[in-house]
Amino acid sequence: MIGFTLRRLGQGLLVMAVMSTLVFVGVYAIGNPVELLVNPQADDAERARATAALGLDKPLTAQFATFVVRALQGDLGRSFVYNVPAIQLILDKLPATLELAAVATVIAIVIGIPLGLVAGLKPDSWLGRSIMAGSILGFSLPTFWVGLVLIMVFSVKLGWLPPNGRGETAMLLGVPVSFLTLDGLRHLAMPATNLALLKLSLLARLTRGGTREALLQDYVKFARAKGLTPGRVIGVHVLKNIMIPIVTVIGLELGSVIAYAVVTESIFAWPGSGKLLIDSINQLDRPVIVAYLLVTLAIFVTINFVVDVLYSFLDPRVRLAAAPAH
Amino acid sequence: MKVPAAIVEEALPDASPVAVQGPWRRFATEFAESRLALAGLALLAAIVIVAVAAPIVSPQNPYDLAQLDVLDSKLAPGEHSSSTGMTYWLGTDDQGRDMLSGILYGLRISLIVGASSTLIALALGLALGLTAAYFGGWVDTLVMRIADIQLSFPAILIALVLLALMGQGAGKIVAALVTVQWAYYARTVRSAALVERQKEYIEAARGLALSRARIVFRHLLPNCLPPLILVATVQVAHAISLEATLSFLGLGLPITEPSLGLLIANGFQYLLSGTYWISFYPGLALLATIVSINLVADQLRDVLNPRLRR
Repeated sequence: MIGFTLRRLGQGLLVMAVMSTLVFVGVYAIGNPVELLVNPQADDAERARATAALGLDKPLTAQFATFVVRALQGDLGRSFVYNVPAIQLILDKLPATLELAAVATVIAIVIGIPLGLVAGLKPDSWLGRSIMAGSILGFSLPTFWVGLVLIMVFSVKLGWLPPNGRGETAMLLGVPVSFLTLDGLRHLAMPATNLALLKLSLLARLTRGGTREALLQDYVKFARAKGLTPGRVIGVHVLKNIMIPIVTVIGLELGSVIAYAVVTESIFAWPGSGKLLIDSINQLDRPVIVAYLLVTLAIFVTINFVVDVLYSFLDPRVRLAAAPAH
Repeated sequence: MKVPAAIVEEALPDASPVAVQGPWRRFATEFAESRLALAGLALLAAIVIVAVAAPIVSPQNPYDLAQLDVLDSKLAPGEHSSSTGMTYWLGTDDQGRDMLSGILYGLRISLIVGASSTLIALALGLALGLTAAYFGGWVDTLVMRIADIQLSFPAILIALVLLALMGQGAGKIVAALVTVQWAYYARTVRSAALVERQKEYIEAARGLALSRARIVFRHLLPNCLPPLILVATVQVAHAISLEATLSFLGLGLPITEPSLGLLIANGFQYLLSGTYWISFYPGLALLATIVSINLVADQLRDVLNPRLRR
């Protein structure tokens, strides 16, 4: 188990190193690095000073070494627009994104799994069929368009929910959160639903597939033959066995929820790191783009690592199968 | 003893025309079993036809600024032009562009970008996947590790980053879409090829001393196609949706020839003032396209799955 964990940790660090190198190559080596890293409005003297300060007159390998050393110290440059360290800007905006992603994931779980269970238990009923048809719609609907329609209906036509912003926040462990105030919840409702929709459909389909397979297994037949109530058969025997893949997918999809938050945050003007990324791209604020990438990368690698380790913990076959391959 | 190639050709079942007809007919019959899938296919066909015929069927050329009348800007659906008297069935945008024409031309761009990026990614993934499966060893490890790493990041994030670094343009968005898609094909074709490679017909082909290229392209490849077709269908829908999303975020195609995503983005700023049609109808066209492709893909999944074969 320790060997497996260490190996996964090593792989994670390797991915991190490879991706940082790619980001470095992308930002520093392609095109004119001065143009990419120095404020486009700067004059020639400032340009020369910045070039020297950034070490852009040195060979690429030396530049890479500097980049790595500074990145390891958490120094990813200063934002052109806000003139604060880029990493700090990202970390300030990150809680809003994580809150949105977490609430969306909870919505997807609380609604998606029961729907999938119903569709799996009664696949030929009209309810089961409509859930499946609905899930096709759920994946097909582009996130940004659903967001627009939500705004159109609930903000413009009905006037029930505010179309943008985060609303009033309350402090929880020193971090501002929206879900503890009524106004915050009203602001959170639409973006979270919007972000949840895709994962909700995915979870419903996954749960349905798992349920249908589990129902054919001998242990379920046996549990029924033993005279257990249907509720117990489903709640204990079926659900417990389909939970491993579902928990894995939820974990892995957490990263994708954070990535798709870029779209949702842009539509609902949710002040998170995703909206910051789009604003930074539009304003050519490159240090912030780099910082966003590296922070998101770190989150992803961490999520993948935790899910891998948890999975092998839940299902010993995985680590046994993975061991001889390396 | 070496068997002459001509005799081998005749002995192979795939050389006879009857055997070629069979699977296609069966495929069509099985596909038609789902009315929903047929409806999806019909809708998709209709969309492709109107998109291809856009210059003929659309009321105006939305890219020709001379045909636009600013006085007609933001007219509601069904209103008439003040100058020419033509009816704007789906309203007009802020520049007085007929939304119906804009949507038809936008569909064209969305479909071209979606289809071309899928085809290029398919070719690239096929080549890399087959190479990995055929050579094995470090080539296999390298290609598949790159694919693994890439697939562990969401497509939208990779595409966003690439476009942020490369800048905008139709070619660049196709390049970004190819980059995020190839790994799906490489992985699919590799796993299919590894399974197929073990089967008796490949052994038979080897036993007949056919050339390597012939075994790979005539025997191995056709049998790896069903899962690839399925992945490609799903990915076209994905590519169209992704392109629309990127264009909506302002990172996709240039504003001069808007795709559906850009039309929607353009209408977004007027949405809060109740001018819904500029965003809503292009979105509906986008939705119809993606849903129809997904309906077809859903049925293909059942038809092409050998485990469900009756």
